[in-house]
Amino acid sequence: MQGEPVLDIRSLTVRLPGGADRMNAVEEVSLSVHRNEIVCIVGESGSGKSVTAFTVMGLLPKGILVPTGGEVLLEGEDVLKATPQRLRDLRGTRMAMIFQEPMTALNPVLTIGDQVDEVLRIHTQLGPRERKAKVIDIMASIRLPDPERLFDAYPHQISGGQRQRIMIAAALVLDPALLIADEPTTALDVTTQAQILALIKDLQRRRGTGVLFITHDFGVVAEIADRVVVMQNGRVVEQGPAEAVLRRPTQPYTRMLIEAVPSLEPKPRAAIAGPVAVETVGLSKIYGGGGLFKKERTVRAADNVNLAVRRGETLGIVGESGSGKTTVARCIARLIAPSSGAIRLKDADIASLPERRLRPYRRRIQVVFQDPYRSLNPRRTVGASIIEGPMNFGLSERDALDRARSLLRLVGLSPDALERYPHQFSGGQRQRIAIARALAMEPDVLIADEAVSALDVSVQAQVLDLLDDIKRRFDLAVLFITHDLRVAAQICDRIMVMEKGIVVEDGPTHRVFNAPEHPYTRALLDAAPGRGFGFGKAA
Amino acid sequence: MLSYILRRLVATVPVMLIVAVLVFLMLRLTPGDPAAIIAGDNANTEQVALIRTRLGLDQPIFVQFFIWLGNILRGDFGESFFFKKTVAELILGRLEPTLSLALFTIVIAVAVAVPLGVLAAYKQGTWIDRIVMGFSVMGFSVPVFVIGYGLIYLFAIKLNWVPVQGYQPLAQGFGGFIHRLILPSVTLAVIYIALIARMTRASVLEVLGEDYIRTARAKGQVEIKILFRHALKNAAVPIVTVIGLGIALLIGGVVVTESVYTIPGLGRLTVDAVLARDYPTIQAVILLFSLVYVLINLAVDLLYTLLDPRIRY
Repeated sequence: MQGEPVLDIRSLTVRLPGGADRMNAVEEVSLSVHRNEIVCIVGESGSGKSVTAFTVMGLLPKGILVPTGGEVLLEGEDVLKATPQRLRDLRGTRMAMIFQEPMTALNPVLTIGDQVDEVLRIHTQLGPRERKAKVIDIMASIRLPDPERLFDAYPHQISGGQRQRIMIAAALVLDPALLIADEPTTALDVTTQAQILALIKDLQRRRGTGVLFITHDFGVVAEIADRVVVMQNGRVVEQGPAEAVLRRPTQPYTRMLIEAVPSLEPKPRAAIAGPVAVETVGLSKIYGGGGLFKKERTVRAADNVNLAVRRGETLGIVGESGSGKTTVARCIARLIAPSSGAIRLKDADIASLPERRLRPYRRRIQVVFQDPYRSLNPRRTVGASIIEGPMNFGLSERDALDRARSLLRLVGLSPDALERYPHQFSGGQRQRIAIARALAMEPDVLIADEAVSALDVSVQAQVLDLLDDIKRRFDLAVLFITHDLRVAAQICDRIMVMEKGIVVEDGPTHRVFNAPEHPYTRALLDAAPGRGFGFGKAA
Repeated sequence: MLSYILRRLVATVPVMLIVAVLVFLMLRLTPGDPAAIIAGDNANTEQVALIRTRLGLDQPIFVQFFIWLGNILRGDFGESFFFKKTVAELILGRLEPTLSLALFTIVIAVAVAVPLGVLAAYKQGTWIDRIVMGFSVMGFSVPVFVIGYGLIYLFAIKLNWVPVQGYQPLAQGFGGFIHRLILPSVTLAVIYIALIARMTRASVLEVLGEDYIRTARAKGQVEIKILFRHALKNAAVPIVTVIGLGIALLIGGVVVTESVYTIPGLGRLTVDAVLARDYPTIQAVILLFSLVYVLINLAVDLLYTLLDPRIRY
């Protein structure tokens, strides 16, 4: 790379507020981005990668995170010394940013066209007609269908991938020298992710933009990065060309991160022969049905799903958002009532049991949810959360507490966690608590609904091991819902692929991965980021 | 949308019917005899009985109710026992002052409270925020009549800027109309300013933490536009709800304020009619108030759809 870098960060230090677990959010960080180059900052949560990005944009929360040292040169100009007015002028024109959650990053009450146009209104003197032409133009270049019509649409009327495209359009409409992308594809489905990554790469090549790309996903890094910066606890651990860092990491931390990425190639597993723990026959869930005055509009969220999970077996349901995988899980746990079909648990069909008669079966099926930050009641101690269920089913408080203590030990936590509150634990620890809570009910079936999706890779690997371990120890039937094929490849004995409410393929994991039969399964596998790289081969 | 509005309007009919029944029954269950009040202290029982017969009060209650209801359906609200006019005339004559007072009050309240609330949210935790919130607590706690007499003392008696009391119809000139209306409106507005400012602050504060606010900053947008263009419209639904409730509650506030400032509006009419046990007038006024209440609620619900494209009926 030649010439002056677009972005040059020199020993940047950003101070954390007092009382945090370390002094600085970011310490002595130096990195640079050149024209026509994609630099990935990769690290786990708390590594300081987002703080670095927000510092460049001048978007740090005022008075809480304060840059205390170093320089951030944007085309030679130190943005740390820029006045607020100057910073506003730079944003949108010389540097722009896109964010993780396309669902919330757009203003829900303003039209899409208006939100792209806003950048032009702020920074240019163009008249309304010229602006509209320019907006339509950029909307077409990010490959949005029918830009003229979408101009007046609201964010809730378009898909997540389209929203992220709109964010990209607004960011690039004035051709900034630097684009900062903060986990822009993390919230998207794999196939959409592949499209957005391709789009970013394509636009960046054509416009010669320098891109600072923040991610936690080494698959994405392998897809898109020219150079890689690895961060840990606010410091840069290692940086260099992508190929070198990924193939020949010099630092143990980098090596650990890369090794923790689950492989897409499942190990062959023997078929499980245990008794069937739960089974569905023709399970369907239909939403809608129309009111008195409205036209009838129905959504078949799950359509004629037949599955059986044996004791000791993990059945994975994979699919993208809207595929119906979570609907199936919720029906089986009877968190929602299915529209038709049967759910056989032991000898009973629980599909249509009224709540009162359903109660005895409730404890047999337990769920671990996706977001460990929201699935535990923040006002109750961990102990209270764990013993509530068993006590509802007649266990004495003393026995319930005994059981909770031994389960906490089993999931790798100290029993004194009982007295503490959820906010005192990390995401991975909370997920362990959620697993202990589910196990306290002594279930036959454990449903893990995207249970490791919100976790860092290193933590993810540990929780997956834990799930595998308890499955064997308690001879559980596990229903594992995930959008992540890598995770599914590692833990599932059998896989079911769902698309738009319908099961399109199912079979033993290694068969589905190595010889997919349905085009949709193939599309999913092809879209998995970093596929060509072969992560986890060595492991 | 149109079918929704129609449905809502049809739904007001049973609501109004229930109100009618309740008002009618409650008035007749409260002590006090209109005939005795009309006849005066020196009347004998025969005279009172005569008046009672003339007013139809000697009929069984349900007969009285159906006669009244039948008349209303024909558009006849009856004749006031006390004022010797038809109730319709009476209300129409009192409508302008009350309507002016209520509208002017809510305009002042919104114009002051919304910017104050937004400012307090933007300056959260600073002395500006604390002053706004302190004022808000005061506005809640001090009764309307105390504020009213305090303002009269200061602006009418000490500074002599405005008249102490009275009302001038709009037809006699806008200047005089506003001049006399301003003090009562401000008096009445205080509590709504407090209420709306608080709600605006809370609602905007929540929205300011949203991702799209960060997006707007990343585009280089200036703070004032972030606050009013991006934040306020998203924060508007709860604020509009409170404003709607405020207008409905204003009716109660108007009664006191009109008494303090001797404004010949519906509030005064209500007080006078209650004191005189003037059944037809009280019933009509309360029916009118509840109709306004229902319509305001409908208007608020419709306003939601303008503010938030995700809300559709």
